Amino acid sequence: MPSNDNMPEMSLYQPVQVEDAISLAGTLAERGWLVGGGQDTYGWIKDRAKRPEALIDLNGIESMRGIRETADGIEIGALVTLTELANNALVKERYSLLSSAAGRVASPQIRNIGTLGGNVAQDVRCWYYRRGLNCYRAGGNLCYADTPEGQNREHALFGASRCVAVSPSDTAPALVALEAQMVIRNASGERVVAAEDFFIGPDVDIRHTTVLRTGDVLTAVRIPAKWANAEFYFEKVADRNVWDFALVSISAAMKVTNGTIEESRMVAGAVECTPRRLTSVEQAIQGRARNQETADAVASLASQGAKPLNYNHFKMPLMDNLVKRALTV
Amino acid sequence: MTYMHIGKNFTPPDLEAKVTGAARYTEDFRRDGMVFARLLTSPLPSGRVVSIDASEALAMEGVLGVFTADDLPPSLPPANPALAKDFITYIGQPILAVAAESDLIAENAIEKIKIVFERRPFVTDPLDTLLEGGPDPYPTGNTLIRNAGEAAAGTTASGTDVGRIKWSLDQVTAFRNGREPVGATFGEEWAYGDVAAEFAQCKTIVEEPFVTIGYPHHSLEPRSGMAFWENGKCYFHGSLQSHTVGHAQLSAMLEIDPANLVFINENTGGGFGSKIFPYPIMAVTGKFARKLNRPLQMRVTREEEFYIGSARSGMQGWLKVGLKDDGKVGAVDVIIINDAGSGGGGSASSSAEHISLMYQPTAMRFRGIALYTNTTPRGAQRGPGQNEMASVLAPIMDKAAREGGFDRLAMRRANAPRPDAKFGPRQGGLSSSYMPEAIEKAAAMFRWDERVAQPKVMANNKVRGIGLGMGFHSAGANGYDGLLRIATDGKIYLHTGVGNLGTYSYAGVLRAAAEALQCSWENCVVVHGNSELNLPHSTYQGGSNTMFTETRSSHVAALDAIRKLKEIAAADLGGAADDYSVGGERVFLTSDQAKGLTFAEAAQKAIDLGGEYSGQVYPEDINATTKRSVEAMKGTGLIGVAKDTLPKQGTAPGFAIAFVEIEMDLDTGKYDITDYTAVAECGTVVHPQGLSQAMNGGGVWGIGMAGYERHVYDPQNGLPANVGLYQSKPPTYLDVPAQMLTAGMDMPDPQSPVGARGIGEPAQGCGAAALMSAISDALDGHLFNRTPVTPDMIVNHVAQNGFNTGELKTNTF
Repeated sequence: MPSNDNMPEMSLYQPVQVEDAISLAGTLAERGWLVGGGQDTYGWIKDRAKRPEALIDLNGIESMRGIRETADGIEIGALVTLTELANNALVKERYSLLSSAAGRVASPQIRNIGTLGGNVAQDVRCWYYRRGLNCYRAGGNLCYADTPEGQNREHALFGASRCVAVSPSDTAPALVALEAQMVIRNASGERVVAAEDFFIGPDVDIRHTTVLRTGDVLTAVRIPAKWANAEFYFEKVADRNVWDFALVSISAAMKVTNGTIEESRMVAGAVECTPRRLTSVEQAIQGRARNQETADAVASLASQGAKPLNYNHFKMPLMDNLVKRALTV
Repeated sequence: MTYMHIGKNFTPPDLEAKVTGAARYTEDFRRDGMVFARLLTSPLPSGRVVSIDASEALAMEGVLGVFTADDLPPSLPPANPALAKDFITYIGQPILAVAAESDLIAENAIEKIKIVFERRPFVTDPLDTLLEGGPDPYPTGNTLIRNAGEAAAGTTASGTDVGRIKWSLDQVTAFRNGREPVGATFGEEWAYGDVAAEFAQCKTIVEEPFVTIGYPHHSLEPRSGMAFWENGKCYFHGSLQSHTVGHAQLSAMLEIDPANLVFINENTGGGFGSKIFPYPIMAVTGKFARKLNRPLQMRVTREEEFYIGSARSGMQGWLKVGLKDDGKVGAVDVIIINDAGSGGGGSASSSAEHISLMYQPTAMRFRGIALYTNTTPRGAQRGPGQNEMASVLAPIMDKAAREGGFDRLAMRRANAPRPDAKFGPRQGGLSSSYMPEAIEKAAAMFRWDERVAQPKVMANNKVRGIGLGMGFHSAGANGYDGLLRIATDGKIYLHTGVGNLGTYSYAGVLRAAAEALQCSWENCVVVHGNSELNLPHSTYQGGSNTMFTETRSSHVAALDAIRKLKEIAAADLGGAADDYSVGGERVFLTSDQAKGLTFAEAAQKAIDLGGEYSGQVYPEDINATTKRSVEAMKGTGLIGVAKDTLPKQGTAPGFAIAFVEIEMDLDTGKYDITDYTAVAECGTVVHPQGLSQAMNGGGVWGIGMAGYERHVYDPQNGLPANVGLYQSKPPTYLDVPAQMLTAGMDMPDPQSPVGARGIGEPAQGCGAAALMSAISDALDGHLFNRTPVTPDMIVNHVAQNGFNTGELKTNTF
């Protein structure tokens, strides 16, 4: 059983311009690995479960830092740390959903170095996969978690397709709720992908959790003005209040006028391989008051269609309860 | 009694270094020419090594050698071998070590080694191996047999063997479903009183199953080591809880005379019971260094620390308890299946003794088996047996109280161990007990009567729960040596072989010597952490026993020094020794304090006099380690040295009681601990800040036991899920109360010269039990019958979706 914890020898590139990073990413292709805060990267590489030949360290690229106001909202550099995001006045004022989510990621130490880009692009945390087992996601032909004896308390209720791992990101559901746009650059230019389309499930590509492919660099995240100053609700339930991944989280954005919900985006985290939009809930609450009566009427829609595994049934009432709270707090 | 030092805070000598980071731990030490060794560990839960091909690794530049089980004395099951060969019994078990010029090269070399394994059946749940026809963790069986045989020459066998116990399908099924397995065979049993007759007298009888899941120690400092050999001596930098006790055993492990081992261990980054004595991998560190004739650091990673760093045993059990009309416990019948992992004896009897002492049943029967599984070896972890039993027992006893119509506190009060309490199969007694007073004090601090009357239902789908729990561990031994030296610089050098686990008790116990000498602490120098500094034979630091045991040995060493000071003064200044007193770093005529000698002057006279005064002659009854140290110190000052032969009868107990209030969120299964109040009953308080730290730290870990930490193994392949700290989930600063209210009874034990007993273990047990009690109370007395209770279990219970399994499963969710 390998118990490695040294960084193996590899090349290190430290570009200071995004164009250079893109060029390196394209040239090195599968042999290269982009690193920002490194909170996902170093575990993989020190464990030798992933073996890139070169690291492309993005931290010298100033243009990927900072939070800027734009004509239609804000743009957040992919290298903005989670601490910066959680504490940014503009984000707190207009998009407190995102600052709340960022402030619940992992621990203060990890938030100080972990970036928004890394948080959304991180790989799944299924413990079997992380231990280096040759599961579907790792290129093998079985899933250790989705069996009668699999230890799958943290795994998916929805969207299983050979793999039952869940999206571990706390900020991803918030970005989907805010209709964020992900700015991706590569040698061919720039493309902008809706957050909702950025995350992909195993049915689309079992080896990737996002649309990012070799040569791509996620440079920024744009939040449209549409949801600025809406009514928000974020809650993450984890075993521990610090340094833990969500068992279930809820990110809700609601436009409420005169007590009536005109429009909403409800997104659950850690129940599927991607942030899960609760569209049936969104539809059910449109035109209703944000109150207990509405909550009681619609909450059970959240978990509708869930296919629990042996040890994760609790996520169903937990999802429903979090939706209820989003509608009543 | 008014003391000069006892009961007062002080700054331990290593505190500043701990705060600034200057304190050095094993991996901080370097030596010219030092090489690094790393482990190759088993990918199989069970099997054997057929062949090893290290040729490719050995051909790599910078690789210096490979060390295998063949380089060590043969080890027979169930002894935990330093390196496995014929009996691989868990994933992560070390197979061999590779040494190289750098850590990275050693790690790279491990990848080049090819091993052919033979697989064997494996098992992760004790009840699976207990079943007739079920897989055995060892080829020869599934349980520990103590045959008391002598170890064969040249082996590390330890008078134990692997045997086999099996139950029928009906018996296992009954037990899994919470019923007594009629006619089943057990590995150990004890009883006292007429159990059947006492049950017949009981008005309330509760019968419940229970599970506690084991979990790793995860000591923050892994058990890395560094060793080098010079002029026939081994210099070993290690990480142990104990010092001189470990010294002798490590010498034996390295097959050298203790005089040829220099053991250096000033600071230890956690052990929690797993580093009380030398552990197997230390043999590899020392012997591989000798084989290569190079200083060698054996570096153990965080993941390897999970594998070889020991873990608490889990329990699967069944309990029947009866209450009489007056709320007293009449009878207890308990069955405990211990998960002993791939090695360890389990602690079921200790668990049963906890019930026996803390509830004083008139009659009791215990039956148990320690079963091996192909999971990491288990060993002592803070209150082994007692604490996990306290945690799972508290809600069951709450249920008994409720069904009997008693207030939960009143029921504890009625059964509390008093000074004449008896416990365990031998029905032994205690050195003293103020537990009834501790219960009253803690209840008053917590305002139990007021809180129990408050409504439970709160706004926002929250409910309140209040709970209480008690912890116990034997807390003191005797027979160890004290050693001090008064030097010609006037300073008092207080030598101790107690390890520095981070509790500061290694220094706290020495204040008993300063107290007897009536000298200022500023003139005392604590000498510890390096056997070249001439340390006495001191107790192991574990089992809550340091305070009681080592204040006694410090005291007797001081008494010896005082006698010598007085005799020297009388010889020099006239009169009888009894005419003199000691204080202020002087020995002086009691009737005319101007006449006397400074300690510096007395030390010089001791040197001039020689003999016993300066260590040329020493008591016959002191340990060989102490003798060696005195020999090395002779002629350097006035030596105070003695073995603790003070009277001791019964068990010196450490007791604690905690009260917890929680606000539980029924939507999420999470809870906030809104109040934590705990009182220690540990005799006189020697070091108030140290006690506070022990109670807070223990309480936090108790919260971890009750709500967070557990082993998770995949039954499909024997793979553990939580090898890292973040996966093991010890509670964080936002999972525990910001303020924890603690206090000590500060009532003296008559068998300690300063009245002190230890408190390490019970501080955790009471916290775990109180939180379990509060969780159950919040849910109207619902029993989960297991620890830990995690949010998913609470959510499932509230949802009434039927997904909380009632089976007695351990090592899984």
